[in-house]
Amino acid sequence: MVINHPLLGPRDASEFVYLGDASLMDRPNWLDKDAGQKFYKYQYLRDNPHLEHKELWFHEQGDRSWLIVTRNISTHEILTVELAKKFFDKGV
Amino acid sequence: MNKLNPIEDNIIQKNQSKQTPAKLELNNHQINRLKSGKILNNKKISFKFNEEKLQGYEGDTLSSALLANNKIVVGRSFKYHRPRGIFSAGTEEPNALLEIGKNEYQEPNVKATTIKLFEGLESRSQNHLGSLNFDLLAINDFLHPFLSAGFYYKTFMWPKSFWEKFYEPAIRRAAGLGSLSGMPDPSTYDKGFLHCDVLIVGGGPAGLSAALEAGRANLKVIIADDDFLFGGRLNSENFIIDDQIGSEWSKKSVEELSNMSNVRIMPRTSIYGSFDHGIFGGLEIKYDNYIDQIGKPRQILWKIYTKFAIICTGSTERSIAFGNNDRPGIMLSGAIRSYVNRWSVCPGKNVVIFTNNDDGWRTAQDLKNKNINIKAIIDSRKNINLNDKEIPIFKNTSIIDTSGRKQISSVTLSSGEVLKCDCLGVSGGWNPNVHLTCHQRGKPIWEKSINAFIPGKTPSNMLVAGTAAGLLQLGENLKSGHTKAQQVILSLGFKCSSSTPPKAENESANNSSFWHVGASKKRSWVDLQNDVTTKDIKISYEEGFRSVEHLKRYSTLGMATDQGKTSNILGLAVLAEYSGKSIPDTGTTIFRPPYNPVPIGAFAGRSRGKEFKPVRLTPSHKEAENLSATFVEAGLWLRAQWYPLKGETHWRESVDREVIQTRKSVGVCDVTTLGKIDIQGQDAAEFLDCVYTNGFSKLDVGKVRYGLMLREDGMVMDDGTTARFDLNHFVMTTTTANAVNVFRHLEFCRQCLYPNLDVHLISATEQWAQFAVAGPNSRKLLEKIIDKEYDISNLNFPYMGCKKITVCNNIPARLFRISFSGELAYEIAVPSRYGNSMFKVLMDAGSEFNVVAYGTEALGVMRIEKGHAAGNELNGQTTAQNLGLEKMMSKKKDFVGNILAKRSELNKESIVKLVGFKPVNKEIELKAGAHFISLGKETCTKNDEGWMSSVAFSPSLNHSIGLGFIKNGNNRIGEIVNAVDPLRKSNVEVEIVSPHFLDPEGERLRE
Amino acid sequence: MRYSLLKIIKEGLTGNKGWRPIWRNPEPKKKYDVIIIGGGGHGLSTAYYLSNVYGINNVAVLEKGWIGSGNIGRNTTIIRSNYMLPGNEPFYELSLKLWEGLEQDFNYNAMISQRGIINLFHSDGQRDAYARRGNAMLLEGADAELLDEESVRDICPFLDFNNARFPIKGGLMQKRGGTVRHDAVAWGYARGADNKGVDIIQNCEVTGFKIVNGVCRGVETNLGPISANKIASCAAGSSSRVMSLAGIKLPIESHVLQAFVSEGLKPILPNVITFGAGHFYVSQSDKGGLVFGGDIDGYNSYAQRGNLPVVEDVCEGGMALMPFIGRAKLLRMWGGVMDMSMDGSPFIDKTHIQGLYFNGGWCYGGFKATPASGLCYAHLLATDEPHEVAKELTLDRFIHGKIIDEKGVGAQPNLH
Repeated sequence: MVINHPLLGPRDASEFVYLGDASLMDRPNWLDKDAGQKFYKYQYLRDNPHLEHKELWFHEQGDRSWLIVTRNISTHEILTVELAKKFFDKGV
Repeated sequence: MNKLNPIEDNIIQKNQSKQTPAKLELNNHQINRLKSGKILNNKKISFKFNEEKLQGYEGDTLSSALLANNKIVVGRSFKYHRPRGIFSAGTEEPNALLEIGKNEYQEPNVKATTIKLFEGLESRSQNHLGSLNFDLLAINDFLHPFLSAGFYYKTFMWPKSFWEKFYEPAIRRAAGLGSLSGMPDPSTYDKGFLHCDVLIVGGGPAGLSAALEAGRANLKVIIADDDFLFGGRLNSENFIIDDQIGSEWSKKSVEELSNMSNVRIMPRTSIYGSFDHGIFGGLEIKYDNYIDQIGKPRQILWKIYTKFAIICTGSTERSIAFGNNDRPGIMLSGAIRSYVNRWSVCPGKNVVIFTNNDDGWRTAQDLKNKNINIKAIIDSRKNINLNDKEIPIFKNTSIIDTSGRKQISSVTLSSGEVLKCDCLGVSGGWNPNVHLTCHQRGKPIWEKSINAFIPGKTPSNMLVAGTAAGLLQLGENLKSGHTKAQQVILSLGFKCSSSTPPKAENESANNSSFWHVGASKKRSWVDLQNDVTTKDIKISYEEGFRSVEHLKRYSTLGMATDQGKTSNILGLAVLAEYSGKSIPDTGTTIFRPPYNPVPIGAFAGRSRGKEFKPVRLTPSHKEAENLSATFVEAGLWLRAQWYPLKGETHWRESVDREVIQTRKSVGVCDVTTLGKIDIQGQDAAEFLDCVYTNGFSKLDVGKVRYGLMLREDGMVMDDGTTARFDLNHFVMTTTTANAVNVFRHLEFCRQCLYPNLDVHLISATEQWAQFAVAGPNSRKLLEKIIDKEYDISNLNFPYMGCKKITVCNNIPARLFRISFSGELAYEIAVPSRYGNSMFKVLMDAGSEFNVVAYGTEALGVMRIEKGHAAGNELNGQTTAQNLGLEKMMSKKKDFVGNILAKRSELNKESIVKLVGFKPVNKEIELKAGAHFISLGKETCTKNDEGWMSSVAFSPSLNHSIGLGFIKNGNNRIGEIVNAVDPLRKSNVEVEIVSPHFLDPEGERLRE
Repeated sequence: MRYSLLKIIKEGLTGNKGWRPIWRNPEPKKKYDVIIIGGGGHGLSTAYYLSNVYGINNVAVLEKGWIGSGNIGRNTTIIRSNYMLPGNEPFYELSLKLWEGLEQDFNYNAMISQRGIINLFHSDGQRDAYARRGNAMLLEGADAELLDEESVRDICPFLDFNNARFPIKGGLMQKRGGTVRHDAVAWGYARGADNKGVDIIQNCEVTGFKIVNGVCRGVETNLGPISANKIASCAAGSSSRVMSLAGIKLPIESHVLQAFVSEGLKPILPNVITFGAGHFYVSQSDKGGLVFGGDIDGYNSYAQRGNLPVVEDVCEGGMALMPFIGRAKLLRMWGGVMDMSMDGSPFIDKTHIQGLYFNGGWCYGGFKATPASGLCYAHLLATDEPHEVAKELTLDRFIHGKIIDEKGVGAQPNLH
């Protein structure tokens, strides 16, 4: 696969390390009353959709940025690539 | 019947009807070579087949040379061991699989049709017991009624033990095809990357037409073909393009392309697969001649990244199923044209053509033009306008049987008539080579007009042209290449050239849907290599294997080395006939890469042997070599394991000495491999609070703290020390094994969890060489080398201090007062380039204290003596609670792993705890991996209470000690349990003790 | 129809005309006692044991494609019970024991071949972990042997002992491990279940669940609604898709695992070998092909195909371990969708919806589990109690922290 890095242009996917669903960015608050349940869901349950999937890739053999890649899981087609940090700033 | 001239005149020497063993040392008869033809002007090449010396010409393939020498039987089939001859002239070959090369160069299952003949080539037939001509396993052919599809699923079950002892070994010996030498592959394989605007796969008419247009428009073009000669079928035909013979046109086109600097022409490069996002895999053959290739790559595996691809992979002729259609001498009709036109070889002198389409007639025409005797054309179609006054034509007729075990000698027609012949050309129509368009799960669609599948939906950057797209006639074929290239040119924003597509007539290409001869009573082969007949398909269907995928798996149809290139569609059609469904409703199996088989060695490239993975050397490696260190792999690192002195014969002697001397005086160890992460920013301290269980914001500048890091699931991820050099500057160390993972994790935390913190990270593992200097004399040693202005007295540089200093006259260094050994100890870091001399300086300065260099073994012994957890304990399955470090989990702040570490099962009283173990009988050696069972309890899973994780012989205590996890261990100190190790047949009584075997109060650290 | 040598001879002499479909192709009934969603290995074995052991015959297996089209038809055929953790080892050992009697049990030759499996180790740390594992196996009554370098050399002299980047220090061997003809397992179970009246319905895709007041009473399919007292999902890589129809989110991600086969070769590999310093494992099939694989591609995928980096990684491992395979040619590569769970271990459990059961999370190790998975799932469906050896394979284990993580890599499915 080729990931079109927003800063560096197209890069082979083998330069990256995959983590998983981008929901891993939405870490619950430890002080919440039901934090145990929330952290369980956050850490262990996955939508695991078969079409569009927002997911985290780390450009380990590159600029070390974490990217959010939106990819069709059934065709591997990549729809968008964004910096995770930027993504966060937008409050999405 | 036949009034044509006999062909004797045109053949160099009169044919012999039977293969005769060579009496001459060199058999250069080439009796099937035509008298005229360009190839005859080429250099002669000698080669061997089954030890017989033969000759061919430069430009031959192994198969054309074998045919020229009248080698009709070249192999045996997979199951029935029937004699088989060359069937095709390309990569679809199911029969002519040979072993080539000798000794370590031996390569099995090579398709003779794809091997460019070279001087000294040695080839052998394979898959026979006894000689090629007398194969004992041919008995299977007589047993065929009992060996039908799936027979082996129904028997060989009694008695039960016989399968592995008797049946299976026998089946295995009979199965398989060629043999590997068993010796390491001596060849070199390289890998390369290429980038282009458009990759054109296939150098036939459509590919060349596309490449000319794309090249003229100045696109960056790669055109690849698996043949060594560009032109594809043009080399096998007599078509006219732009008023010249097709092969001349292709030659000139290649010349024009070679003059374009923007075009890369890659002959002998098989594009074997299409992958995501415009990545194609290619295998280029560089050298055949084994002797010449030393030091040079035999093959290159290319990864081609392209914006667009135009698939011009052509088409493959298919056979027709009829009785005994597998005999040597029966070939694809188009293949006969290839041999005659391209290589001036005629595989027979009395040729019969059996066809269901116009293409078979072309073979007859071409052979007739060469004055080769066409015995008859058998056409299954009723209404056709074609005719030939000189050739007997049988319309609405089919072949129901053939005879001739080692070479076809006659055919029996549906009319009952028997015709003598020595070669039969069969044409069942042409299948577009859709494979590359399907590798990303594209589904081909049925095109009724050509009775074949054509590419369906392809990825948006993949176009298809020529016969691969189902355009079987040359005129439209050439035009489509040109048009598709123009589409790509415009998509990329370039301008098309003003040239027009090459022109050619559209030849007649009427075809019909006729697949197998139902009237045949004899076995009719569909898959020649795997010996699948129409009857096998019928049985499979009747047993319920009605999905085409079930058929493939049950009957093995299309699963041989040719991947069913000549058999899949035929098999499908036969299945459709049985099921009464249409072919498109029956569906195809999935096309999987590679299109052509690729050597495993090519996929591995140079990553093998010692070069399998890179080697990371510690900064002091050279000096350690000078000290005769023994090295050990630690991940990618090579680390000094111990430093034997002269006279030491057992590793324990060296390790014990290193431990004792370090604890008695001082020792030095290279610990550069520990990960070092430089952490800076206004929020660096807060960041550390987030990633460590314990707090760091209150750590004083100039101090170091041990930190424990969890995964979010509450398991321990890593541990290490982090030093605060400045308010906003920390240096973290990680374990060697986790250096990469921890850095990745920290970047995740920084960018994805805590993006608002002002903090930056950089890995400095390679930038700093670091040495542990441990032992009661470590301070004295260091005082000798650090620059005078720095005071490291216990008072001014106490335990867990850190500071930036200089050593040896102004060399910058970092000094940490930390200890893994449990002794008064330091770690000193200098820029890596000073690492080797630093080690030497330390050793020299330490000579008055009898300093020792110690390796990873002594390091391990000392940490076990101190009860420090390392890799065997931090195995990702243990919590802080398991390690007895629960007090390090701050209650005042959040940290990664905080919440999930609180789960009930991880906090029960019965969880395993890290403790120490001593053998009751001190003489006995403990073993890591033993399990703990309470005294008197049976040794079984139910009573399993934990395991021994690390053991060492403690020279300080003079007996074996261990660390391990046992249920509720911290409350069982003093209890005796069994450490059972049935794997090594031992059972040792051990006492549960504190994990801190030495100096439990840590007094030595603070001296 | 009972298969035997005599039957083959008789059929051979009479033109092979007497063979009958080994399973029927029935129309679905309106109602069943149990519906199993997924006609893969586990679904079919569940149906087999339900009907043959627990006497529940009014069962339908619904398969959206053709039976055996999932991972039972695309794996690397290895069976073994070399697990370490008490939540796993008894289950896999039961599975291996079931394999050992399976062919006679269902009268179908699945070519179970206990050729032995050797897991190589290359460091002291690996040796210690394998020793712990081997002892866990022996404690459970399985077989295991710890081999030193010399013993490995005796059994596998063809490995690279002289020029290896990571020298072979020894291996953990399980002699009872081996290989099985994978497709035949699906067919054998299908035949055995069909014999007892189980309806195997192909091309039948579940499109929804009929859930009334928290009780699951049936499924919607492309062939219409079908009712049942109990509905058992057994959909492997498609588990998340199926269970989402019931509103259930799973601790599972779907990943692609590639597998490879070489051209047929005369016998050269006696057993199953796994490399401890790279991603590579290999065996040789009865037909002669080297069947091998390595790591998953590492990203979520439902595509049943992978990409080149893993192909190269696997072949590099192969060449590092046994450089004599360089001239063997890779014939075919393919991918399967793995239901990767969050701790690398599976689930056989009820769900919070009454009448709806779940079996999944097999990661890339589901093939060897086929018999025990079917038996334990059948047990659960028949008795509503977990089978003794599958007690820990619960869906809610992560809530309490009762994790079964053999590799110790945590809640990251692509690392298991």
